[in-house]
Amino acid sequence: MISFVQVGKTYPDGTVAVAATDLTADSGRITVLVGPSGSGKTTLLRMVNRMIEPTSGEILIDGVDVRSKSAPELRRGIGYVIQNAGLFPHRTVLANVMTVPRLLGWSKDKARERAMELLTTVGLEESHAKRYPFQLSGGQQQRVGVARALAADPPVLLMDEPFSAVDPVVRKDLQTELLRLQSELSKTILFVTHDIDEAIQLGDKVAVLNTGGVLEQFDTPTELLANPKNEFVESFLGLDRGVRRLSFFSSTGVPLRPEPVVARDAPAAEVLARRGAQPWLLVVDDGHKPLGWLTAEQVPADGDLTKVAVGELVSYGHTFGAATDSLRAALDSAILSPSSRAVGVAEDGRVVGVASVEELVPAIRAAQSASVPDTGHGDRGEPGDRVEPGDRNDREDRDDNPDTV
Amino acid sequence: MRSAGLFPHIPSYLGTYGSLIQQQLTMALLSVLFGLIAALPIALLCVRYPKIYPAMVGLLTVIYSLPSIALFVLLVPSTGLTQTTVIIPLSVYSLAALVPNIVEGIRGIPEDVRLAAVAMGYTGARRLVAVDLPLAVPPIMAGLRVATVGNVSMVSVGTVIGVGAFGALFTAAAQLSRSDLAVTGIVVIVALALACDLLLVVAQRLLTPWNKRRSA
Repeated sequence: MISFVQVGKTYPDGTVAVAATDLTADSGRITVLVGPSGSGKTTLLRMVNRMIEPTSGEILIDGVDVRSKSAPELRRGIGYVIQNAGLFPHRTVLANVMTVPRLLGWSKDKARERAMELLTTVGLEESHAKRYPFQLSGGQQQRVGVARALAADPPVLLMDEPFSAVDPVVRKDLQTELLRLQSELSKTILFVTHDIDEAIQLGDKVAVLNTGGVLEQFDTPTELLANPKNEFVESFLGLDRGVRRLSFFSSTGVPLRPEPVVARDAPAAEVLARRGAQPWLLVVDDGHKPLGWLTAEQVPADGDLTKVAVGELVSYGHTFGAATDSLRAALDSAILSPSSRAVGVAEDGRVVGVASVEELVPAIRAAQSASVPDTGHGDRGEPGDRVEPGDRNDREDRDDNPDTV
Repeated sequence: MRSAGLFPHIPSYLGTYGSLIQQQLTMALLSVLFGLIAALPIALLCVRYPKIYPAMVGLLTVIYSLPSIALFVLLVPSTGLTQTTVIIPLSVYSLAALVPNIVEGIRGIPEDVRLAAVAMGYTGARRLVAVDLPLAVPPIMAGLRVATVGNVSMVSVGTVIGVGAFGALFTAAAQLSRSDLAVTGIVVIVALALACDLLLVVAQRLLTPWNKRRSA
């Protein structure tokens, strides 16, 4: 746990970088400091490992004042990931990762073994070990940066806009990877960013800072999205915060109707019966995987769906995982589909049922009034607990990479 | 005795080509070495106290502009007609090329790398040896090349106090009206300078396999 107690920083010329701030970053959680430039977020972060000294207040890590150790000693016990990775260009990837263990006096063999292990942990190949930083892509460099920060297994990790210099696709990968790592390692992470979307995605709690180092609001992402405390926070959160908030709610409350789902080789009588009752039919293959939508008018008069070529079916957009995905994924699936119906699938890809935009409304209403999101993952999280990072990952993956299309 | 060809006979009192080359290189390279040893602490001082850096550069430029012959004359009473008398001024001249390159080299370390080194928990001295100096190798080598090539040629001036190596050959060429000796001396000195430069380039490549800008 990192506690900021009335921490402030005023420069000799009178500029206030950080106004007296109280903030607690919980153990094993990701706490994000977000704000525009000049909001003191990086200053706050760097005070933790004493790269900047506060002019008032104190910072405690698990109750111990950071000033009780010498600065270098303190820093060796705190992981640090910097923008652009900041790798030592004259050292191989392996030697970079070995830095802190070596400073702590580990033997070369032990440090090397640990470094190799970490390269795998952060998703790099063993063949990367002997390369120099300039031979890696930006994303790979940042993975090495994370490995280097984790090398001595510090309980606290400081991340200073670590992903802001890579392109959006790589950033998304690194964010997902960080959440996966965190679900395994449970570090106390303080994460600085100017990107509110990144803050919302990564943070267990998010501190929104304003110019002059003023803490405007410190809350969970859902609470932030639902109840911004003031105009600044609201404008900083940006538009569509309502829709974004839905990604913290499970889609298990969505009523999925099996009636419009019909197999391509279904008996003609069944097809004709369903045609009468549904404006749209979802045609599935013999594995019950979705093929596409068919309007009632398109159904052949004799009810033989094999006469309709798969290419003539209307695309279903993308599906959502009925048990795993968020309400936002379900809504998106419905909006993207020409039939305005979302297709819910089980984990094996079999269609569970479909729901129209209108049928999603009650579930969305329920989310609106819920201050604490219900994850609906009885087997993974405690009731009322927020979505675990790992779960969120899976969901975000599916949002963007519909593997069924 | 005069013979045609690349290496005309030289008056025996001058020694052999081999001994001349040895003298020339000894004086030139020792002065670069001593220059480097002196330049490091001066440069580190300039990095630590940036305010003194412009004054230091000005001072080194003034020293560089002093005529070497004048310095020899000033030194002879204390160090005599020895190679030391040649090496000391040349070492001091080297500073003008080395100090700014070391300072700029250390200052040129990317901010994120510097911050990362601090954040990893390096102490000042250890950071200097493990991070700052290795990263400053390319500009330091650039300074070494300038100083080395300059000194290989400048050693010849030592002939005025009788320790000029190839300088003595040029003096002889003037006295004996042997322009062939002068031409040969120039060719050998240029060849020596280029060879030293090449060795430094090779050394730099070996020292900095991490450098993506592998400028020659």
